[in-house]
Amino acid sequence: MNDLSNNGPVAKPLPHDAALLHVTGKARYIDDIPMPVDCLHLAFGTSPIAKGRIQSMDLSEVKASKGVVAVLVADDLPFTNDVSPSIHDEPLLSDGTVNHVGQPVFLVVATSHNLARAAAKKGKIDYIEETPILSMDEAMAANSRFEDGPRIYTKGDPASAIDAAPRSVEGTFEIGGQEHFYLEGQAALALPQEGGDMLVSSSTQHPTEIQHKVAEAIGLPMHAVRVETRRMGGGFGGKESQGNALAVSCAIAARQTGKPCKMRYDRDDDMIITGKRHEFRITYRAGFDNDGQLLGVEFHHMTRCGWAQDLSLPVADRAMLHADNAYAIPAIRIESHRLKTNTQSATAYRGFGGPQGMVGIERVMDHIAHDLGLDPVELRKRNYYDAPNNRVRADNTTPYGMEVTDFELHGMTDKLLETSDYAARKAEIAEWNKGQTRLKRGIAFSPVKFGISFTLTHLNQAGALVHVYQDGSVHLNHGGTEMGQGLFQKVAQVAASRFGVGMDVIKITATDTAKVPNTSATAASSGSDLNGMAVKAACDTIRDRMAEFLAERHQCDAKAVKFEDGQVIIGDDVMTFEDAASQCYQGRISLSATGFYKTPKVKWDRIKGQGRPFLYFSYGAAITEVVVDQLTGENRILRTDILHDAGASLNPDLDIGQVEGAYVQGSGWLTTEELVWDDKGSLRTHAPSTYKIPACSDRPDVFNVDLWDGRNPEDTIYRSKAVGEPPFNLGISTFLALSDAVSAFGDAYPALDAPATAEQVYTTIRRVRDGA
Amino acid sequence: MPAISSTSHRRMAIRQNNVTRRVSTMTITFHLNGEEVTLPDAEPTVTLLDWLREERHLTGTKEGCNEGDCGACTVMVTDPNGSKSLNSCILFLPQLNGKSVRTVEGVASETGELHPVQQEMITHHGSQCGFCTPGFVMSMVTAHKNGATDHDDQLAGNLCRCTGYAPIIRAAEAVEEQPVPVWIKKEGTELPALADAGEFSPRSSDELAKVYADNPDAVLVAGATDVGLWVTKGMRQLDPVIFLEGCADLKQVKVTGTHVRLGAMVDMNAMRDVLEPLHPSYGEMIRRYASMPVRNAATVGGNIANGSPIGDNPPALIALGATLHLRKGDSRRDIALEDFFVEYGKQDRQAGEFVEAVSFPRQDDTLRVYKISKRFDQDISAVLGAFNVTVDNGTVASARIAFGGMAGTPHRATHVENALIGQPWSEETIANAMTEFGKDYTPLTDMRASADYRLQSASNLLARYFAEMNGETTSVLEVAL
Repeated sequence: MNDLSNNGPVAKPLPHDAALLHVTGKARYIDDIPMPVDCLHLAFGTSPIAKGRIQSMDLSEVKASKGVVAVLVADDLPFTNDVSPSIHDEPLLSDGTVNHVGQPVFLVVATSHNLARAAAKKGKIDYIEETPILSMDEAMAANSRFEDGPRIYTKGDPASAIDAAPRSVEGTFEIGGQEHFYLEGQAALALPQEGGDMLVSSSTQHPTEIQHKVAEAIGLPMHAVRVETRRMGGGFGGKESQGNALAVSCAIAARQTGKPCKMRYDRDDDMIITGKRHEFRITYRAGFDNDGQLLGVEFHHMTRCGWAQDLSLPVADRAMLHADNAYAIPAIRIESHRLKTNTQSATAYRGFGGPQGMVGIERVMDHIAHDLGLDPVELRKRNYYDAPNNRVRADNTTPYGMEVTDFELHGMTDKLLETSDYAARKAEIAEWNKGQTRLKRGIAFSPVKFGISFTLTHLNQAGALVHVYQDGSVHLNHGGTEMGQGLFQKVAQVAASRFGVGMDVIKITATDTAKVPNTSATAASSGSDLNGMAVKAACDTIRDRMAEFLAERHQCDAKAVKFEDGQVIIGDDVMTFEDAASQCYQGRISLSATGFYKTPKVKWDRIKGQGRPFLYFSYGAAITEVVVDQLTGENRILRTDILHDAGASLNPDLDIGQVEGAYVQGSGWLTTEELVWDDKGSLRTHAPSTYKIPACSDRPDVFNVDLWDGRNPEDTIYRSKAVGEPPFNLGISTFLALSDAVSAFGDAYPALDAPATAEQVYTTIRRVRDGA
Repeated sequence: MPAISSTSHRRMAIRQNNVTRRVSTMTITFHLNGEEVTLPDAEPTVTLLDWLREERHLTGTKEGCNEGDCGACTVMVTDPNGSKSLNSCILFLPQLNGKSVRTVEGVASETGELHPVQQEMITHHGSQCGFCTPGFVMSMVTAHKNGATDHDDQLAGNLCRCTGYAPIIRAAEAVEEQPVPVWIKKEGTELPALADAGEFSPRSSDELAKVYADNPDAVLVAGATDVGLWVTKGMRQLDPVIFLEGCADLKQVKVTGTHVRLGAMVDMNAMRDVLEPLHPSYGEMIRRYASMPVRNAATVGGNIANGSPIGDNPPALIALGATLHLRKGDSRRDIALEDFFVEYGKQDRQAGEFVEAVSFPRQDDTLRVYKISKRFDQDISAVLGAFNVTVDNGTVASARIAFGGMAGTPHRATHVENALIGQPWSEETIANAMTEFGKDYTPLTDMRASADYRLQSASNLLARYFAEMNGETTSVLEVAL
């Protein structure tokens, strides 16, 4: 059904554009850029307490420390003291109060990275300590929150529906946060230019915001600041706003010293200073009939946002927008509390709240299936939204009033059940478990319906700049950033296809605010959707100009000019693309164009919770099998089968890579990745020695990943679908499989919390087994 | 400080950034990507990673964590014993004396022909963001050179956040049957002459005994997997430092009819080779001990001497009835290993005294070692339990049970042992003995586990031991589809 076979490089499984550079060590990240002469290095001195006021600061030892050139505090900053991406509530350096352990208080400028780090440890600061608000309970009790009160989205009358329902379940569910653990830590480099201008290289998903914040901080218009990002060593949302502090620091120090300034966080500093995935507590009540049809659901979301607002409001919104996941729920109420605590300011992380909302309803479905003794897959299918070709429900809208018109999960589920041999394996597992006392296996299915578009509607725009040179080579630039997801290659495939040329003709270039302005963050999985369309527009503009000129010269219809296989076909004449470019140049045809795209159809009122926040949905389904040990709670994944919907994929191999990686990352979130703060608010898991992301052997023993042979009904770039975030949610199947395995130890519903570490699984098994 | 007479080891003034300080420097020679490098004044605690990136501008080798836990900095180091992957972020320059180092920049041929590992990583989409890739490539190149195909173990020390590892393993499998390129095969066939790095790099335990007795405040560096972090994370200035790498006699293993004796400098992979056939469960524990590059550096002596309450070897060795061999100058003494650990942070070791070896008696294998951690590979244990119980005619004849992570030191479970000895080997005995753990241990709650979990899982491990000795499947790692 894929109709892209005649579209040149689009849909081809080409390797990542930088793969050769990666494997030879030649791919440059910020810290690899050849060091300018006299480059200075920066480090923050940070707060050791979670809340208080600075009484006095003695930085004499810092200043006297070897290699130190300057030490800056808030009063030394020339203009604004703010690195917030939202409401100016996040000073670069403490304004006299400190609000979390690890908050930057002073900035050291020194002759080397290690000398800056060593000096930063030598500050003597007296604080008047105040009682911090650390937990969600403390924040609720103190009414410490962002926004005046909870956001509430309602459809129907769920309370009455639940009260009247034949059956109901209720419970509370803890969902831990997650450290991004991008392998390349945050980094930036600022090079002072003539006349006070600043050139910044930043490991960021959002060059325009870096430009904006740097311009504010050095008191210049945005035109005086240029930000360049060739690649990141991983982002996952952690470089959407968290790079601001480093880039701004570098620019300020460069402005003050006149020298290039570089800053990169040591791993421990990175984990202590930067925000993470939002931690949630979800309380639920659900009413349903004896067949498992949902009648009403109430959710109470509490989310720990940390000390500053950052992106917490849209994150919490997106959690609410995924509280239905794949299920048509007749009546639902979602109440969301965005709690302000004296911890790191939680930030964007792959899924942006969506996974937390989704795991909430999947927990409810798991609970209901257990209560009814019904197969969990069957229960889910009964509650699915209708497929477009089989409308049964009177109401097929989401809790926020959006009609679901592209629902793919019926077919995907059936296919996955078949390819994974689910039914037979489930029976075999039940049999195996009967013969075991200490070890039990579990298997679970989870579906994904993930909304695609920024919920802040104006962000759904993108620009591109394309040049065709007279030798026929093509320079490609757009506002998206490359963090490993293969965006640059996918978009280059689009460009090559539009011009009908090979990939070697296209030069992929670094994201640059001087080439494409006013870009949105590469986030919300939107990279290829937005930038692919913008690049297509730019390419088509040039192509149309070329066609018009060549058609006129060759006396044929411009519409008959074709760009294929490195050639341009003009009526009966054929020439190479190179010759065509040369002729156009000589004919004084502009071979440079911008392209622009804005997502159609989206309209959203986040206060009312009504509208169409998404252009479309991406779908996925996973079945995971695990084994657990009653004596220790140790557990591992035995097999995973995934079917994922990337529409008509722009590059199926890169998309499968996204799915595999996202699943493992999602499983890590819900299993071994445990963030632990002590009772003083200090993060105790601030390095890979204590914070455990999945290692090689944690991937499933058997790991089958396939793409659904689909096509986006919306008019997206070559009918593809976004793929960055949606498959992260497939990791929920791991969590549900653990719940299934634990349920084999007794009759009680496991009510497992996340992350399901060995200890968490152990404790839950005890509860299930002892019936307590 | 005593007078220093060595010509190549001297205390010299270094003027840097307008500050003068005195440090002990060393002369070392090694190969870097085939080229001989001699550093006449190597600072002892400069890491290979910093030197590569900052002095040589070889930026292919990445810093991901600066503590040996992510593998982005992995390089291949070859010495007369072969090629190993090592974490360059916690590898001090003097440890390289006389060896050959290859980084990601030196893996393709001089004419640019890719190593098959590099080609297969491209073909199988093994890189996404690419930041971990050089480290993976170096681990894979080293494994390929060594003919190793236990990919999960070879790569346990390399973290990737993007790919979910599946494509990397596909690449590793695709390389298995391909020949080792000649330019890699010949790596290490001609090693540089060992530079005389001076008395702070002794060549034998006798030389070490002398210099340490003269400099009892010196920091001893074996594999630097712990001391490395004092520098990279603690920002400590260590001086003087004595490197044990050259003490060949400390790397000796002696297996006799009655005893196994491991020199202090036996690294964990070498130790695994010794232990696996004798006590497979101990070998399996070492498979999960840190990661390949860390095991290539970490030594049994270091794991004991640093006195950590969460080192994995001490409890297992205690369960085997190990004896610690200590030396100071020319005097030696032997103590039971468990007596070495006096209390948290305090060991029975005098100034200038060092661990020369550890030994344990040959015995029938009734040892089982259980490592409980959040992640199976490359994780520090929340609880490590070692059980060694002998049964004679259905009655427990002897019991040596020791734990790490349960107290301020590695510690024997004497109450539990006493509840077993002389009793019938039965479920009832086990159940009784399990109640004794609380008398032996009062564990702490920390980021790895709660006190309750530690105590309960520790006592449950006795039940696991009983089941395993009865031939039952007891571990999730044994379950495969």
